[in-house]
Amino acid sequence: MTVEADVVIVGGGLHGCSAALHLAQRGQRVVLLERRHVGRHSSGINAGGVRTMNRDPAEIGLSVAGMELWRRIGELVGDDCGFHAHGQIRVAETDAELAKVADRVAMVRGLGFRHEELIERDELRRLVPAIAPHCVGGLIVRDDGAADPYRTTLAFGRRAAALGADIREGEGLVALERAGADWLAVGEQGRYRAPVVVNAAGAWAGDVAAMVGDRFDLRVRASMMMVTERVPHFLDPVIAAVGRALSFKQSDAGTVVIGGGQQGVADRHTETTRIAFANLARSAVAATALFPAMRGVRLVRSWCGIEAETPDHLPVLGRSVAAEGVIHSFGYSGHGFQLGPICGAVVADLVTRGGTNLPISGLAPGRFGERFAGRP
Amino acid sequence: MAEMQDLVVVGAGPAGLAAATQAAELGLSATVLDEQPAPGGQIYRAVERAAQGPAAAALGEDFRHGLSVVDAFRRSGAGYRPGLQVWQVEQSGEVLASDGQRSEAFPARRAVIAVGASERPVPIPGWTLPGVMTVGAGQILLKSSGMMPSGETWVAGSGPLPLLYLSQIIAAGGRIAGYIDTTPAANGLAAGPHLFAALRNLPYLRKGLKLRGVLRRSGIPVHRADSVEAAGDGRVERVRFRAGGAWQEKPCDLLMLHEGVVPNVHVTMAVGCAHGWDDRQKCFRPTLDEWGRTDIQPILVAGDCGGIEGARAAELRGRLVALGAAADLGRIDQATRDRLARPLRRELGRHLPIRAFLDTLFTPRPEVLSPPDAVIACRCESVTAGQVRETVRIGAVGPNQAKSFIRCGMGPCQGRFCGLTVTGIIAEATGRTPGEVGFFRIRPPLKTLTLGELAALAE
Repeated sequence: MTVEADVVIVGGGLHGCSAALHLAQRGQRVVLLERRHVGRHSSGINAGGVRTMNRDPAEIGLSVAGMELWRRIGELVGDDCGFHAHGQIRVAETDAELAKVADRVAMVRGLGFRHEELIERDELRRLVPAIAPHCVGGLIVRDDGAADPYRTTLAFGRRAAALGADIREGEGLVALERAGADWLAVGEQGRYRAPVVVNAAGAWAGDVAAMVGDRFDLRVRASMMMVTERVPHFLDPVIAAVGRALSFKQSDAGTVVIGGGQQGVADRHTETTRIAFANLARSAVAATALFPAMRGVRLVRSWCGIEAETPDHLPVLGRSVAAEGVIHSFGYSGHGFQLGPICGAVVADLVTRGGTNLPISGLAPGRFGERFAGRP
Repeated sequence: MAEMQDLVVVGAGPAGLAAATQAAELGLSATVLDEQPAPGGQIYRAVERAAQGPAAAALGEDFRHGLSVVDAFRRSGAGYRPGLQVWQVEQSGEVLASDGQRSEAFPARRAVIAVGASERPVPIPGWTLPGVMTVGAGQILLKSSGMMPSGETWVAGSGPLPLLYLSQIIAAGGRIAGYIDTTPAANGLAAGPHLFAALRNLPYLRKGLKLRGVLRRSGIPVHRADSVEAAGDGRVERVRFRAGGAWQEKPCDLLMLHEGVVPNVHVTMAVGCAHGWDDRQKCFRPTLDEWGRTDIQPILVAGDCGGIEGARAAELRGRLVALGAAADLGRIDQATRDRLARPLRRELGRHLPIRAFLDTLFTPRPEVLSPPDAVIACRCESVTAGQVRETVRIGAVGPNQAKSFIRCGMGPCQGRFCGLTVTGIIAEATGRTPGEVGFFRIRPPLKTLTLGELAALAE
């Protein structure tokens, strides 16, 4: 028997679940197909940074708007998602790096945003007493923060389900076919028919796009993360660095979670990843350079997720140019977690109102030119 | 970085030592990495030193056999690097190990994983109290420093090891307050049909009977019980057990638990080798062929970490793995390999038929595999069995989701003490087999190392 719906969402990561939640809130009948379980890949195991800081100009407006949703996340999903707004700081280690920060702040102000500020040595030291003495200042967004990624993704899925979304875990998508004006989604277990399909399939979004005739030049990212043993509380904000690939924060449990985009090895087909220790060692270099006391702290575990990266490292969010009724939301390229709540609202706008007031023009699926977004 | 070796062997127990010895005898380069300061593994721990010491007579014939294995290895010319913690094995066969200060890479054409077995976790009420330990840990104290328990010491559990340990303590003149035998009564019946095959290893059966005789003559009280608990304020003070439907309570200063051993699968799981559930041994083990080959070509497995077969079989498996590797690397032809393997397989045939009998006789009682709600399942993060069941009620389908929900398995032991318990609880709660439920995804490093040490790899 074919299940009839208004929208079929492919992918039970944060973006798929957020789209399901916002659509269900607006009375849409939603079926979400998730091949494994909600939050299985990158959505559940990313660094959990809730960051507007240092984003590409094409994303700043959307990211800042997204912060409004994070501030009332408990109201939205019925769980605080472990969200703390202790700020994010991008540390400058040299005067040249601090000059770059000044340029950045000026550029962002020129675009009309005031959330990013420059801080100097004393303020950095006050906010981060454990920082290495050579650090000279940094870029800060005081109400950025971090959340628990798995808990967040589950909370969105759970609230979407409570609002009536039909979330089918263990249901892989086999094919998407035209059925009159509708799409027929053929799953491993069942069949689903709806006028709209949302492609939120993360690292596998290129395969879903291909089913509707859209081609994208996607790479796979496998950003590695590691976590240490528990240590006494020493840090509130999330720390990044101007001159190094680093994301560094202390969890409520006392463990220190270190990421920053060093790449492991991913196999999209087997859905498995492996740690590349030669690369992970660079994260350890960055972490111990900024926090020398970390040299003696023990690494307990490391892992990496799998996600899609676009040629310009910006997400693909919007209607398919060529395939009527298809909305893409993928390719977040390592910085999609904070955008999850707001991008679900964007998708819901596109479905229910035919457009959105939120700034997504720089993320359009058609921006890669005829050869990619159109039919091959 | 160390020089490329034909074999890098992880573990200096009988399997690893025999693999390296055999490889060296065939002219292959081989190096054994081990965390202990001396060769022998757990079973022949500190065998060279103990053989000189006063407790030597108490340790028995098998232990003395270990000496000959170590001697052969010492004479073989194979490399030996003691005192190293292996924290990563790459799919290429390269092994990364740390001496606690710095790490070193050991490139290899084949990595032989010979990391043996560990005691199955025995999650009972009070098992985390100071004064509760495993029988294996007690035996390590006896073997490595001749230490014997004092005060009211109880041994509770099932399997050959408690019997062996008790007999060793008796021989050494130690005192034990009592043995609580938790072997389920029904196991004897179930094991019956396997007894005939077990007769092919008559010496082993005789040894078991002899140990039981020693225990009986010693006058140590033996209680058959189907449930055991440790209790006390801040440390164990009493042991409680249910025998014949009635609970008894005894004063207790030291409680030693044991419910069999299971393969150490963390290394092979972390590398990504295929594993399956062995329902007879109630454990996961890597999927191997007759030469110890996994589904990842450079990764080989020898000994009990591939399935529990005992020390003598592990030694033979080690030799067979080395023969297989020598042929695969083109150092001997297949005919030579098969000719050299024939006597080893014949001897293996004498050691293996008893396993079905032993595994069935000593199958742990269900509450060891899936303990009651109040019992701690994950010691590192203090997660109870009830909390694991609760994750199932709110939708967790497997151990990895449970881990994300409640951190079980995320502590420094990386799931070594709770993995089987969490799988067992979820299997029971969802009505699936442990094989269907699966195990924690094992995340590297295999052993913790400092960030400074990791950073040094790139500095």
